[in-house]
Amino acid sequence: MATLISGFIGKYRIVRRVDTLPLHKRVGLMVVAVIGSMLVSSILIIPLGVNPLIAYYELFKGAWGSKLALSETLVRFTPLLFTGVAVALAFLARFWNIGAEGQLYLGAMFATFFGISFYGIPSYVIIPLMLIAGFIGGSAAAFIPALLRCKYGIDEVVTTLLLNWVIYFIMQAIIYGPWRNPVSAWPESPAIAQEAELMRILPGTRLHLGLFIAISIAMLYYIVYSKSYWGFELKLIGLNPKAASVQGIDVVRNMMIAALVSGGIAGLAGAVELMGIHFHLREALSHGYGYTGIVIAMLGLLHPIGVVLASFFMATIETGSQAMHRTTGIPYPLAFVIEGITLIFALIAVFFMEYKVEKVGGAK
Amino acid sequence: MGNNEYAVEMRGIVKVFPGVVANDHIDFSVKKGEIHALLGENGAGKTTLMNILYGLYRPDAGEIYINGKRVYIRNPRDAIKYGIGMVHQHFTLVSPFTVTENVILGYEDNGVIINFKEARRRIEKLIRQYNLGLDPDAKIWQLSVGEQQKVEILKMLFRDAKILILDEPTAVLTPQEIRNLFEFLRKMKCEGRSIIFISHKLKEVMEISDRVTVLKRGKVIGTKVTAETNEIELARMMVGRDVVFTIKRNKSKVGNTDVLKVEDLWVRGDRGTYAVKGISLSIKSGEILGIAGVSGNGQREFVETIIGIRKADKGRVLINGEDVTNRAPKDIVTLNIAYLPEDREESGYFHDASIRDNLCSKVRYLFLKRLIFLDYVKMDNYADRLIREYEILTPSRDNLAKNLSGGNKQRLVLARELASKPRLLIANQPTRGLDVGATEYIRKKILEQRNSGVAVLLVSEDLDEILMLSDRVAVFYEGQVMGIVKPEETSLEEIGLMMAGVKRLGVT
Repeated sequence: MATLISGFIGKYRIVRRVDTLPLHKRVGLMVVAVIGSMLVSSILIIPLGVNPLIAYYELFKGAWGSKLALSETLVRFTPLLFTGVAVALAFLARFWNIGAEGQLYLGAMFATFFGISFYGIPSYVIIPLMLIAGFIGGSAAAFIPALLRCKYGIDEVVTTLLLNWVIYFIMQAIIYGPWRNPVSAWPESPAIAQEAELMRILPGTRLHLGLFIAISIAMLYYIVYSKSYWGFELKLIGLNPKAASVQGIDVVRNMMIAALVSGGIAGLAGAVELMGIHFHLREALSHGYGYTGIVIAMLGLLHPIGVVLASFFMATIETGSQAMHRTTGIPYPLAFVIEGITLIFALIAVFFMEYKVEKVGGAK
Repeated sequence: MGNNEYAVEMRGIVKVFPGVVANDHIDFSVKKGEIHALLGENGAGKTTLMNILYGLYRPDAGEIYINGKRVYIRNPRDAIKYGIGMVHQHFTLVSPFTVTENVILGYEDNGVIINFKEARRRIEKLIRQYNLGLDPDAKIWQLSVGEQQKVEILKMLFRDAKILILDEPTAVLTPQEIRNLFEFLRKMKCEGRSIIFISHKLKEVMEISDRVTVLKRGKVIGTKVTAETNEIELARMMVGRDVVFTIKRNKSKVGNTDVLKVEDLWVRGDRGTYAVKGISLSIKSGEILGIAGVSGNGQREFVETIIGIRKADKGRVLINGEDVTNRAPKDIVTLNIAYLPEDREESGYFHDASIRDNLCSKVRYLFLKRLIFLDYVKMDNYADRLIREYEILTPSRDNLAKNLSGGNKQRLVLARELASKPRLLIANQPTRGLDVGATEYIRKKILEQRNSGVAVLLVSEDLDEILMLSDRVAVFYEGQVMGIVKPEETSLEEIGLMMAGVKRLGVT
């Protein structure tokens, strides 16, 4: 076995690609990554005595099969699009923001403050106010790691990740303490003002205005990514910070701004979930949307359209798995297994966009 | 059969990298109990040759003999087996580990369970024996650079290396530490070990070596007994004598005001010691000032300070009369400076961006449209124009810059920088690694700029280039200007002398 492996390794080697893969091949690699992750996940489905094809059929039917199913998928799609865009924007400038989850919660906390402090203010005032508060809250959470990174070179992967828990525990402390709901005595904030609730856009479903806000943000990201001057600078920084600096691009300032906007968008996700779905600040506000955003950004190749498609795919998996659970008995956390495996496959795909396996010619 | 007198004999070594012949039929031998210096400029092939001996590269042709026996060195493990040890320019230590742990790391005879006590005892003995003054339990991060180097040497002693390769060992040391190192090397020599000392500093080579081999552009220029040669001869061997004038330089109209003026500039290098020590010079429009000197004598730090990516401790930099000392690069770029960086691959361009984006990146403000947008049509036209004008060979402006050949990459950088009509051009090693055709093109463009009234600061290790293009030549040595001369009024001997640190007085 050992000789077999070393023989294989001896014959092939991994080399950097000189050329760059055209876009359609890169997209193709991502599709392969998605299919591959679903195939691998089948290994978990088979021992449960279910045909994986049936399981996946139930999953997609549960996500797209009816008006209600599709609306629920879009309800999931909303926060995922926010966090996907948030992470993609930060990654574009090489700010490795793993903290969208914490930024989401701090954004929700800021928005909650206004939502439970002011009752009876017209919707067109309180809603924008809470959205802005959410954005600022998210930015605030991103500010500390961004400053540490830009001023002292401290690795933002570690700081953003750890801050997620700091923020989460602070939120817990608050909803178990000062903000505990006096009506139900549940560990959740009091209900936000009715005027602050985002209106439902499809009768009989939970689909709310947040969907349009998320799509607007994605469109803004599209403009930044492919049309704007700022996006051009961000991309140059991402490609080669040293060269960008020599050509007069303020790397630190741009990275700072990208980090703050990224955090802000993640904060919006928290505010919108609060105002559209939960109406109370609670522990279950996010189902790891901030982390799924990382998968989405990678899978979507940081491209705005890619991020939209990847968000929709993740929302499908997460929503459909609930239906699959009901009909086939497969536990719904399978969705998160698929997501996790997708991330690994997506990273492998990204690797093979830059490297290729080559046969070693002419042994020496 | 090899010769038994030699510890190392390398014959006809050839190593080709894509586009460069790094080692071109090199013959090199080291006697037992000898300190042999390997002298040459950056890129001469010294390190490549030693990496071959240490098994990091495999030669494309040639034979290696150790103590007269033909050997095949496939990897560093083989090299260590033959008693070869190498201290790289950049150390390979694990900084949270102790000295002892680092020394035994990767040691072949460790066995499954490491006998720390025994290893520590041996290391302590070696430290005492060679008077290294190290604490075997100190963590690497607590040590100075000089001490870290001692740990690297200790590693070789622990493995009882008979042939020691030191790659530019003095580059990171203070004068005091250099003295200690030399003392130590002499002791090693007395024990019959052979030492290969890679350097481009003439003074040190003269001081420490028994023999010296000079490399230039991958070829051996000659091997001399150190006692029978001198710094001037070595300098001449290093830079080469055959100046070929292929470009005609006419008189140009030199302006009255200084475009660049540097006054008493003091700058620290990466190691915290001064790399630039009180340099003053100025360039007028329509003039090329060449900076000659063996690399590592402050040229890089000097240029980096002018463009703002390194801070000065003292002194002033004036561009068009405006004080720009220690300003951020983004403020200095707007003063219309063209800059060809020394490390083209590293900071010259954006590998994974299209040629269009690369050409537009510096003057991106030209394409600003309606406050926040970019005018892509204008960018396309601009890029197409520059591709034509600078004869950049590419199928399309949308191709990625990294797919261009070396010469075309430099044309791309040149086009980007010159298209903004600069008043000052800073060219740092503009033709290094380029073929003859591309070299000539770049040189012509630089002269063209000068003739149209641009002030040019040209830094080059290629003395031929300096003499061919410059109106005045400043020679750098250890962070100081040894003298400023006109090429037509000087000789290679004189410049060689200044490069070796002999100051010429009474010149401006």
